[in-house]
Amino acid sequence: MADRVSPLLISILGIGIAILYIPILVLIGYSFNASALVSVWGGFSTSWYTQLLHNDQILDAAWLSLEIGVVVSTGAVILGTLAAISLVRFKQFRGRLMLTGMVNAPLVMPEIITGITQLLLFISMLHLLGWPHRGFTTIVIAHIAFCTAYVTITVQSRLQTADRSLEEAAMDLGSGPVRAFLDTTLPIIAPALASSWLLSFTLSLDDLVISSFVSGPGASTLPMVIFSKVKLGVSPDVNALASLIICLVGVCVLFAGYLMRRTERQRLLDAQMAER
Amino acid sequence: MSEAAAQDRFARAGARGRPRAEWLKRHGKWFIILPPVLYLLVFFLIPFAFALMISFADTAVRIPPFSDILSISPDWHIHLTLNLGNFQYLFTDEVYGLSYVYSIKTAFFSTVVCLLLGYPMAYAIARTSKSTQSVLLLVIILPFWTSFLLRVYALEGIIRETGLLNTALLWLGIIHHPLQIMRTTLAVYLGIIYSYLPFMVLPLFATLEKLDYSLLEAAADLGSPPWRTFIDVTLPLSMPGVIAGSMLVFIPAIGEFVIPTLLGGPDNLMIGRVLWDEFFGNRDWPVASAVAIAFLVFLVGPIALYQHYSTKQLEA
Repeated sequence: MADRVSPLLISILGIGIAILYIPILVLIGYSFNASALVSVWGGFSTSWYTQLLHNDQILDAAWLSLEIGVVVSTGAVILGTLAAISLVRFKQFRGRLMLTGMVNAPLVMPEIITGITQLLLFISMLHLLGWPHRGFTTIVIAHIAFCTAYVTITVQSRLQTADRSLEEAAMDLGSGPVRAFLDTTLPIIAPALASSWLLSFTLSLDDLVISSFVSGPGASTLPMVIFSKVKLGVSPDVNALASLIICLVGVCVLFAGYLMRRTERQRLLDAQMAER
Repeated sequence: MSEAAAQDRFARAGARGRPRAEWLKRHGKWFIILPPVLYLLVFFLIPFAFALMISFADTAVRIPPFSDILSISPDWHIHLTLNLGNFQYLFTDEVYGLSYVYSIKTAFFSTVVCLLLGYPMAYAIARTSKSTQSVLLLVIILPFWTSFLLRVYALEGIIRETGLLNTALLWLGIIHHPLQIMRTTLAVYLGIIYSYLPFMVLPLFATLEKLDYSLLEAAADLGSPPWRTFIDVTLPLSMPGVIAGSMLVFIPAIGEFVIPTLLGGPDNLMIGRVLWDEFFGNRDWPVASAVAIAFLVFLVGPIALYQHYSTKQLEA
């Protein structure tokens, strides 16, 4: 059908994609600019990247963000998978509608509202229970909440298309339901779990607004440090840092996409085999 | 041991095991359902209840900086003190009303532009071959996952006074003085459209991909001109995608904080900025909570609409 797409549509698509990519490419270009004046091209240089390595504030923030990202995505994949199983496999249970709402709402809820309400919860909890102190813990808890939503949606759609006959066969052969699920369906959805882990990781790594609200003194994530620098204007070392993060996120997303595509192809192959 | 005795033992063992197995079979699913439900309940839903509560509190000079709503006096009477002043304040200080209206207006027009640009993009992707589709989708998804902060910052590199756009236009001789785009309303619109475009394209593509194109051929065979077919067939069938995509842009755009702060000027007072300042600048948490709650009330309708159409899409 490729030949039926009109040139007008193709050019709008091209313009749209250009709008999405030109700023990012220009940013990466500027990061190799030797001149400290952002408007003048002073030749190719990687000096801004080496300067990053000597900036303790940025290194600390990067390390904190990575730690948070790993804990968050692991937690979110566990909770999100459980939520997806609940929604796909158990058609009726008390609270199903509420769970559906709670996994969809974070996708559209303005971050600033989520951030404020969670901060108020943490403050009140600290006041009443003496836990949690604002910082690493509260950021992790808050991030897991919205990442779980994304994981649930991703795993849910995969689980819906997964063939259940193997699992039923395993159960007929005497496996318990949990065992049967772990042995048959889990390997099928494993790539979806891996890709949602990567996506949660990028979401957590990127978040500015929610982290700013729930964090406490002394715990500044990478986006928080970048934001405070960017507010002062464009600076060449931020160009380098931003380029690095964009590349890291790009690799994560491409790898996640690759995993999803491979399983999709495997699924189609399996379906063809089954038909024969 | 006789065979009968062995059978008897086996039966008894089964009977002893059965209640537990029965119980697990009936209630075991709660081990799967409860963890995510409880987590999201405590850390996503209940916080809204706290915000509602604090919006009725008074500011107080202490930590946390608001008064208790419920208090128990020495003679065990429970006192409920509701302070409606915060909500009243929202109506007396016109900055809140103005920023609400301004945010909704900005989000609305940005959504319209995103739709006008995103619809043809999604349609074009949906009409290409399957292998091209997956590449193009990845191209759209990549910015979708890249942080707003960094992308907005990247946009600043294009539109600021000494940015690429002005440099190019000056060099070409089209303009003689750099255009002032940064710190204007135009910059805020550009920022929102640029940031949220993928959010519009992806749900639109999801519905347009499922569209049965033989319907369009049938309409064409029956003599319907293309624009007519579009209005009569394509558009109504893609409505769930249009609504889901529009909501995915409109709702978060109303509460946008990063874009008006970094790209906008002092006039671009969106509600996200007001909330941020109230919280971090004025440290007036009860008023900030009241703003958040009032904001949420405005959003409940659109969010419910989004939920409705997104579940419809999932079921399809």
